[in-house]
Amino acid sequence: MKRAFPILGLLTAGLLSYALYQALVVAPTEQTMGDVQRIFYYHVPSAWTAFLLFFLNFLASIQYLVRRDPKSDKVANWVVIALGVLTCAAPYVFRGLLPPGVYPSSVVTTGIAFVGLYFLIHKLFSEQQTDMLALTTAEVGVVFCTVVLVTGPLWARPVWGIWWTWDVRLTSTLVLWLIYVSYLVLRRFSSSGQTPVLAAALAVFGALDVPLVYFSIWFFRTQHPQPVIGGGGSIDPRMLRVLLINWLAFLCFAFLVCWSRYRLERTKREVEETQALEALLEPRSAVR
Amino acid sequence: MTFLYAAYAATWTIHIVYLFTLARRYSRLKKEVDELSKKI
Repeated sequence: MKRAFPILGLLTAGLLSYALYQALVVAPTEQTMGDVQRIFYYHVPSAWTAFLLFFLNFLASIQYLVRRDPKSDKVANWVVIALGVLTCAAPYVFRGLLPPGVYPSSVVTTGIAFVGLYFLIHKLFSEQQTDMLALTTAEVGVVFCTVVLVTGPLWARPVWGIWWTWDVRLTSTLVLWLIYVSYLVLRRFSSSGQTPVLAAALAVFGALDVPLVYFSIWFFRTQHPQPVIGGGGSIDPRMLRVLLINWLAFLCFAFLVCWSRYRLERTKREVEETQALEALLEPRSAVR
Repeated sequence: MTFLYAAYAATWTIHIVYLFTLARRYSRLKKEVDELSKKI
């Protein structure tokens, strides 16, 4: 495992450089916006990565809450399976309710990913480890969400003529960022034993904002452009290829950063436990 | 082009600043581990 990290780091650095070259040189120039449209190759993958990390945070937080009691853990497992089956069946049963441009297959994929990721986390992480995973994904997610909130206005200024507008997509993204920043502030400054539980509950409610951000451009009239994938929009296949390469590069980068942050948190907790043990043992050694 | 370069530079600045804070936390933790191992 120790060797895997630098090897993956080098591969990711290579992939990020290749993705940057693709975004700046290879991708075709968009006709109306010109070169500034290339911000898209950093803005959109960063948003997708942030959403994925917040989704993982949501799953880890739920597991941290339910796994404290074996009974509720079992119930939660069945609820997740039932939700997965419902998500797979619903788009075919209620086809007319789907927003325009959303394919039933993408809803089914989301359902399968939800169930798969839930049980993968369940298998790979213990109760305490889910708490560490939740903290890690929230922190890295906030970093990617910050990138989205910074690159967005830098793209909007030359294209819309304004840095910011209080429309649903932009405002809900800002609210999402604020929720997870408050989550991190809570984790950082609260020393109560109940902090992980409170933070997990906050994360579960915070995650409800993710679908609102994602679907806001379907349900509300916004300044933000319509989605180019799965939303009825279209994209040049060469642009799509570059977009996906950049997303893959950012996903690898996020995975490495999460790995690093997770190891830091694990070591920190081990040190704290040892320090607490040592403090307990100290008076005895003084008596001796 | 200025906005494009600004966006790319801002992205990497944010990531590098975060990696820097991670590295600082690592070195602080390493110090604590060293002190603890000396005590034990």
